[in-house]
Amino acid sequence: MPGRARFAFTALAFGYAFLYVPILLVMAYSFNESRLVTVWAGFSLKWWQALLHNDAMLSAAWFSLRIALASASAATAIGLAAGYVLARAPSFPGRTLFGSLVVAPMVMPEVVMGISMLLLFVGADRLFGGPGRGFLTIAIAHTTFSLAFVAIVVQARLADFDRSLEEAAMDLGATPWVTFRTITLPLIAPALASGWLLAFTLSLDDLIMTEFVAGGDSQTLPMLVYSSVRLGVSPQINVLATIIVVIAASALLISGRLTRRR
Amino acid sequence: MRWVIAFPYGWLAIFFLLPFFLVLGIAFGTNNPDMAPPVELGFNLANFKLLFSDDLYLAAWVSSLRIAATSTLVTLLLGYPMAYAIARAAPARRPLLLMLVVLPFWTSFLIRVYAWIGLLSENGSLNQFLRWTGLVSHPGTILGTEWAVHLGIVYAYLPFMVLPLYATLEKLDMGLLEAAADLGAKPLTAFWTVTLPLSMPGVMAGCLMVFIPAVGEFVIPDLLGGTRTLMIGKVLWDEFFTNGDWPLASSVAICLLVLLVGPIALFQRQQVRSLERR
Repeated sequence: MPGRARFAFTALAFGYAFLYVPILLVMAYSFNESRLVTVWAGFSLKWWQALLHNDAMLSAAWFSLRIALASASAATAIGLAAGYVLARAPSFPGRTLFGSLVVAPMVMPEVVMGISMLLLFVGADRLFGGPGRGFLTIAIAHTTFSLAFVAIVVQARLADFDRSLEEAAMDLGATPWVTFRTITLPLIAPALASGWLLAFTLSLDDLIMTEFVAGGDSQTLPMLVYSSVRLGVSPQINVLATIIVVIAASALLISGRLTRRR
Repeated sequence: MRWVIAFPYGWLAIFFLLPFFLVLGIAFGTNNPDMAPPVELGFNLANFKLLFSDDLYLAAWVSSLRIAATSTLVTLLLGYPMAYAIARAAPARRPLLLMLVVLPFWTSFLIRVYAWIGLLSENGSLNQFLRWTGLVSHPGTILGTEWAVHLGIVYAYLPFMVLPLYATLEKLDMGLLEAAADLGAKPLTAFWTVTLPLSMPGVMAGCLMVFIPAVGEFVIPDLLGGTRTLMIGKVLWDEFFTNGDWPLASSVAICLLVLLVGPIALFQRQQVRSLERR
């Protein structure tokens, strides 16, 4: 089938070129001598040095990392429970609503989730005098929308292996908790790890919900990038992009290894 | 088990479901800049009336839907051949090909949109390339137009299209295609009558995963669309952050939700069905 093979090759070559040429150009210009990110003026590492001495950027990155660690862990715990319920719980009252609540954040426009989250926190401020705005509110917002992704990954994994292992353990006298810890958890551990990584990435990347719930004093990395990108292109952003792509590629390789072990 | 259900259910009810009712409540309020937060509660329909009578808002609704729909179609036309080619590739090569599709999704969304600023600006890489080829001596600028917004959406959401398409195409029984060929169907006929109908769940899931968020997209029209591109996500953002009009921004959010509730329900049903089929 040479015709079909040629078609497949063309489709993939065009698709991957479309996906990667813009990113590779951004990465290449991080080594550009010129301030203009569109004119090549020779190789230079000065923007790399500038970024490493950019204290605002570094502290924003550190803040984002801490939020991502917290929210990915919370999202994994809650997403694990949600995915387990979706895959294993028989019917219970409100199951349809529960399924909808788990899946909807995946596609809900972020501006809608952002404004609704903010109004919730404003309401809580009124009623309980807290939580204010900052680390906690950002982490809660990120947890809420990334737990959907963890739940789907966990549910898919649970649906893949058959329940007889769990049933056998129960028949042999294991309590539900022991069964979960010794049978279920090890089997879905790879899914949990890749779910955690996904939630971590989503949190590191989020701009819109964060802008709504961050308040005036806290600045995450995407917020800083956004305000600098609005003013035009800047070589330091190119450096940051290069670092992010390298980290993402490594994370993906790790998670690929983890999930392929099944 | 009761606690395992209650924990995520409670979290989602408090942090996802409850806020929508607050938005609904605020949407009927009145903007009052002298108060903090700047909202006077009440039952005021003025915000909704404004949204459905003002030409600017109407234009924003129409162009959001139009841009999201055309971008979704283009993403499908680009993503389907890719998913098809990956599903037909040698099994050993598929994980790498898939990973290459997913990788951009793991990098920053903001940076991927930023990449197009440098490409599409007046002296950007694309125009330099066009001048270099000599085909166009005075190329126009795409940045700041709806073209750039379409490109940005297709680029940013392509992985969401390819993945569900691949999932259905991979499971497709090749025996059916062989049977069609044995019975005399040409490859194109076999595609239209066998492959495409059987991959419809993937087409639906992919299109919904692109269309729904694209309607409310903010970053792409903001960074690539310039001031002339009207999209409803940007309207909501500007009403909230620039004008500080929380009630109007809330009513935009409610209208957006009402508009998307059908597609979202469709997406959920699709999601549930695909998981039950496994």
